[in-house]
Amino acid sequence: MPKIINKDMIVEDKWVLLPKDFSGEPPMGKLLILPMKYWLEHKDNIRLPVLGIWIDSDEEVEEIGDQANLFPLIAVNFPSFMDGRGFSTGRLLRERYEYTGQLRAIGNPNRDQLFYLKRCGFDAFDLREGTDLEAALASLNDFSISYQNSVDQPDPLFRRKS
Amino acid sequence: MYRYTETDQKIIEERVAQFRGQTDRYLAGELTNEEFLPLRLQNGLYIQRLAPMLRIAVPYGLLNSTQFRKLAHIARHYDKGYCHITTRQNIQFNWPQLEEVPDILAELAQVQMHAVQTSGNCIRNITSDQYAGVIGDEVEDPRPWCEILRQWSTFHPEFAYLPRKFKIAVCGSESDRAAILIHDIGLQLVRNEAGELGFKVLVGGGLGRTPVIGSVIREFLPWQHILGYLDAIVRVYNRYGNRDNKYKARIKILVRAWTPEVFAQKVEEEWSHIEGGPCTLPQEEVDRVKQFFTAPAYESLDENAAEQSLSAQAADNKAFAKWLERNTLDHRVAGYRIVNLSLKPTGVAPGDVTDNQLEIIADLADRYSFGEIRATHSQNLVLADVKKSDLFALWQEAKVAGFATPNIGTLTDLICCPGGDFCSLANAKSIPVAEAIQRRFDDMDYVYDLGDLTLNISGCMNACGHHHVGNIGILGVDKKGEEFYQVQLGGSADNAATLGNVLGPSFGREEMPDIIGKILDVYVTNRLGDELFIDTYRRIGLDPFKESVYAKNH
Repeated sequence: MPKIINKDMIVEDKWVLLPKDFSGEPPMGKLLILPMKYWLEHKDNIRLPVLGIWIDSDEEVEEIGDQANLFPLIAVNFPSFMDGRGFSTGRLLRERYEYTGQLRAIGNPNRDQLFYLKRCGFDAFDLREGTDLEAALASLNDFSISYQNSVDQPDPLFRRKS
Repeated sequence: MYRYTETDQKIIEERVAQFRGQTDRYLAGELTNEEFLPLRLQNGLYIQRLAPMLRIAVPYGLLNSTQFRKLAHIARHYDKGYCHITTRQNIQFNWPQLEEVPDILAELAQVQMHAVQTSGNCIRNITSDQYAGVIGDEVEDPRPWCEILRQWSTFHPEFAYLPRKFKIAVCGSESDRAAILIHDIGLQLVRNEAGELGFKVLVGGGLGRTPVIGSVIREFLPWQHILGYLDAIVRVYNRYGNRDNKYKARIKILVRAWTPEVFAQKVEEEWSHIEGGPCTLPQEEVDRVKQFFTAPAYESLDENAAEQSLSAQAADNKAFAKWLERNTLDHRVAGYRIVNLSLKPTGVAPGDVTDNQLEIIADLADRYSFGEIRATHSQNLVLADVKKSDLFALWQEAKVAGFATPNIGTLTDLICCPGGDFCSLANAKSIPVAEAIQRRFDDMDYVYDLGDLTLNISGCMNACGHHHVGNIGILGVDKKGEEFYQVQLGGSADNAATLGNVLGPSFGREEMPDIIGKILDVYVTNRLGDELFIDTYRRIGLDPFKESVYAKNH
């Protein structure tokens, strides 16, 4: 079973991601992460109890925003690690739509982005194959302090001073 | 000048450790070239034609003498004994070893310096007016605001992987010395009718292959909201900027595609969610940062007496008088002047300084200007607070050290990128063109007669030499492996910023001094009274220049 980082720990992952062009009936008996578009189109007919969805980098989180808390897991795709749109998507989900479930970075996020991803509200990370996950955990804490407010620290430094 | 708190210092030291780890992993083969690229770029490290190039951040151009001595040490021990002042007020080293860069960063951290976000697709070093705080026409000193923005932009978690680089400039006066019209975001400190302080916000300016003058998207933004509003602008850009084609990825392309009005609406919509949130600036934070930029211990001086003795010295010494006229400016405090040290003597690459010179400048700054130095976007240095009674002594020392060429603002004070001699992006060399022009126009009386005139040279269309906004702009182009130079006329980076127009077909390098000579002849023949080059150009247009330059010989 593939391994991911979830809440600062390395865990086995049971979720199955369906591709963006998925059509037909979703398989039963699995923890599925459906493409956002698929869910939007079929939501009235889907009978699965526990579902995740994933949002691609060129999709707008606003389409799902108000319903975000229906899902125990939302994944945000980083098709290339240079594509930084997902950082905004993460913050919007947490800060604007007050999403509380698992927020997972998928695609090609890399170890050196973990600190920023965590700050933008991500708590699960499916890193590129071959990553040394034990070593990567350290990068979650590359910095012990930050200037800006973000999801992990709702006040900027200047409001935190005693 | 801002001094790091323990927190600032800790953040910079953690950055050094982070980059040391990343470099080790790269050298051990654990990081691919592709993965290491954005990491090294966000620490200012390029892989260049001959060696890596390391760009050091100089936040809004301010430095102190301790930092200068450290730069001299780095130049001497890690480089070939010199460094280069860039058109964004930063400092570049051309010959560091990749393996030694973490050590260089550790040395810089000892003097509160770093190379954070000096390259890469992120928010770059904030630039400003080199005369901030000392010039008379200021609405508000921009430096504290620049520092507040530096902290906001440093390791901003959401904006480290933007579609493309992102440059912000801030000016604090009506006359713009920070080129805010050609930045991704330009901010001008203004007061509204009620006398309250705020920002005029411009977006979408930029040079490069598609030069655009920025558009105002907000006439007045109260200062408390600046961070949230910037978050909104950069978020809209991060989400909707083009990521498929790097030549269409700057914010200017998005603003133009949507129109500034639609872009502004998008920003306002985004901002409506952020407004009043935790990043709203409290007065106490602004006051805290402002404490670092209070006036130095100016003496109470007799302006008239100082002027009199200065006039006497100038009357006795024509060379000093010329330097005084060209290289110094009025200061807002009686008895003081602002001094430009020219880094444009003929025969030296524009903006280059040696290790020994760095130390001499540090000494001059300590003795004559409260230990502070400023880097300018025209690649010179400024001692901002010099007593008039010290000017003659300073001039003599600067002359010996080679920084007193009295050419600030003239033809030979040209802006020039490192070009094909160093840069792997360049299509053509730029430094030899600069030198050939300086050599041809070495008659200072002729140069003075021409008056204020900007000549900017870029070795490729990335436009680091700001050729689009030079009164005369020169762009290096490659034609089937040969270097040619295109000339543009009529650019200007001031308040009425304009982009130059292409004169016509390009020229070989050896022709350039003659071509510039012909252009100057047309100006001299046509000018009315003491009309500046740019004004003559605006009045008579491109055609007379074109006719003269491309005329068949008899």
